[in-house]
Amino acid sequence: MKHTLSVLVENKPGVLTRVASLFARRGFNIDSLAVGTTEDPTISRMTIVVSADETALEQITKQLYKLINVLKVQDLDPGDMIDRELVLYKVSALPERRHEIIEIANVFRAKIVDVGRASLTIEATGTGDKLAAMEDLLRAYGIKELARTGKIALARGSRDA
Amino acid sequence: MKMTGAQAIVRSLQEEGVEVVFGYPGGVVLPLFDALYEAEGIRVILTRHEQGATHAADAYARVTGKPGVVIVTSGPGAANTVTGIANAYMDSVPLVVITGQVATHVLGTDAFQETDITGITIPITKHNYLVDDARDIPEVMAEAFHIAGTGRPGPVLIDLPVDISRGEVAFSYPERVNLPGYKPTVKGHAKQIHQAASLIAKARKPLLYAGGGVLSSDGAKELKELAELMQLPVVATLMGKGAFPEDHHLFVGMPGMHGGKYTNYAITETDLLLGIGVRFDDRVTGKLATFATKAKIVHVDVDPAEIGKNRSVDVPIVGDAKSVLAAIVAELRKMGAEPKTDAWMRVIDDWRGRFPFHYHTSESAIMPQQVVERVRELTKGKPTVFTTEVGQNQMWACQYLRITEPRTWVSSGGLGTMGFGLPAAIGAQLGRPDHMVIDIAGDGSIQMNSQELATAAINKLPVKVIILNNGYLGMVRQWQELFYERRYSSSTLPQDCPDFVKLAEAYGCFGIRATTPAELDDALVAAFAHDGPAVVDVRVEREENVFPMVAPGGSIDEMLGGIPGGPVSEMLDEELLEEVWE
Repeated sequence: MKHTLSVLVENKPGVLTRVASLFARRGFNIDSLAVGTTEDPTISRMTIVVSADETALEQITKQLYKLINVLKVQDLDPGDMIDRELVLYKVSALPERRHEIIEIANVFRAKIVDVGRASLTIEATGTGDKLAAMEDLLRAYGIKELARTGKIALARGSRDA
Repeated sequence: MKMTGAQAIVRSLQEEGVEVVFGYPGGVVLPLFDALYEAEGIRVILTRHEQGATHAADAYARVTGKPGVVIVTSGPGAANTVTGIANAYMDSVPLVVITGQVATHVLGTDAFQETDITGITIPITKHNYLVDDARDIPEVMAEAFHIAGTGRPGPVLIDLPVDISRGEVAFSYPERVNLPGYKPTVKGHAKQIHQAASLIAKARKPLLYAGGGVLSSDGAKELKELAELMQLPVVATLMGKGAFPEDHHLFVGMPGMHGGKYTNYAITETDLLLGIGVRFDDRVTGKLATFATKAKIVHVDVDPAEIGKNRSVDVPIVGDAKSVLAAIVAELRKMGAEPKTDAWMRVIDDWRGRFPFHYHTSESAIMPQQVVERVRELTKGKPTVFTTEVGQNQMWACQYLRITEPRTWVSSGGLGTMGFGLPAAIGAQLGRPDHMVIDIAGDGSIQMNSQELATAAINKLPVKVIILNNGYLGMVRQWQELFYERRYSSSTLPQDCPDFVKLAEAYGCFGIRATTPAELDDALVAAFAHDGPAVVDVRVEREENVFPMVAPGGSIDEMLGGIPGGPVSEMLDEELLEEVWE
């Protein structure tokens, strides 16, 4: 089962290495990891997606807490979180097919951010499901390159109201 | 007060009350050794290898309860501490290891003697630092000592680039540290403590399973109080030896792979297993699926990650062993609980009587177990610290010594580090100058750090090294005999190479050899009476095995060797059982 962990860490050199190497050496698999500073510049948030059962998740959480630089670990409830990912797709697009691709991008509220002689680059944000659906459609035209940020997430506002 | 970074390190050590530092100098750590040259109150022990320094500091920490301190240079010096750090990490021993590093402006350029020691030691330290500003030194040092010594203790490494140690610091030592991500839970949860006490009050066949956590929290007194109050039998792991007096009638031995048969029966039969500062290690549990299946499990540990890691538990208690034990005792007193274990103790005593450790003696050959027994008898009643190497020697020491005081047993548990015993004896001797320190050694293991005989001789540390010399890597040979059709691949060592007596003498130590049972006592007595370090080369029966033994991955009540006895289901004396449960 996939879990989205929101981990607050001190914004210090080497913290990412500590977290990533903990997952590796304890045999936990990271599906995605995104990191950036928070409203407090001394603190970073890591959003880590892992596949793990309950026992493994408990062990991951406890091991994370053992790292001195880790402040808080939250397993976000999928029904009560906002999660987003940003993807850039560079799609093969000869002039005669550009229109179709732009239409797909519009349907998904994605933006065309670069136009080349034989390609379009699309910027899309959304949940995993939405992006997967869009990717599936774009694949028919040929995806030349793809870059994704990994998921970021926050618990919904009602939680801390 | 203005000073250099190196001087600030030394001042911090003084602030922390450090009296002994183990180390080895080299290029980039010279400013620090220079500052140590005239440092008041700090004795620097120069070992012959950085691994030796780290093990010595480890043992010093175990016998004193204070963090051990190591100072070495960059590159190879730092890398040589890795085994020692890993050993301390596995056994939860507080260390502060300070490594020199190349200057910050050449970091990352593969400079001479540069190695990424903070990267290397992430998985084997509780925390580590690369100091990039001399002004951070007091804070980093205070944090390092705090992290190493509190909660579940462990090693902390500080990497100190040479320009930082030459940098300028306005020294002021922080009164307290501020680590928002590090707040160990000391006191157990009241509800859980009540639950544990209720289970103890009504259990028919309870068993205390004590580990290193009892010792590191200085909770031996509280453990004894609980055991005696409710007449609870106690087993102690290899790391927990000394947490409970081994000559006490409630002591039921060491569990696990080379534990007592009676001990493993007790674990298999108990209805309430109280794990205190233990981690349900595989050498204790054997096959997890058949480990203590009849029991409710209470698990007390200061490290939440240990609880439920290997074995699911009924009552988890996060907290310091000493504090939780005291709270359980108080709760039981409040409840007016009475001991109910008379019958259970009779069952255990019956097993203990039928399945003691035993070996066959011989007129011509010295048996290794006999050596340990003679050492035990000759030191009885005298303050003694025992260290061990790793392998058969260690297991026989576990089986035949009687450790009665906390922090007088120093052995490499989790990592199983050959070469640990001699440097450990040196560290232990410095921590306990009034004790005799004896290293129960093997001929293989001792050779991994025998250069430290020089450290013992030069510093006049009268450690006694008793080598059970069987001319084999004994435990490896035993496994090859039992599981690899006696194919002794790479496990034979000539008994006379080196000549350990000459080796001892070459370093200025006393050396003596015993080859027959008649010579054994005289050799031991002579070594113990000598006022300096001594080595006894005891030529023992070569192919003796450590029994009983749980086959790797087997159930702990099904042991090979020793006095024949089947699984616990067949070992219950029905008549006795009926009588005692009535």
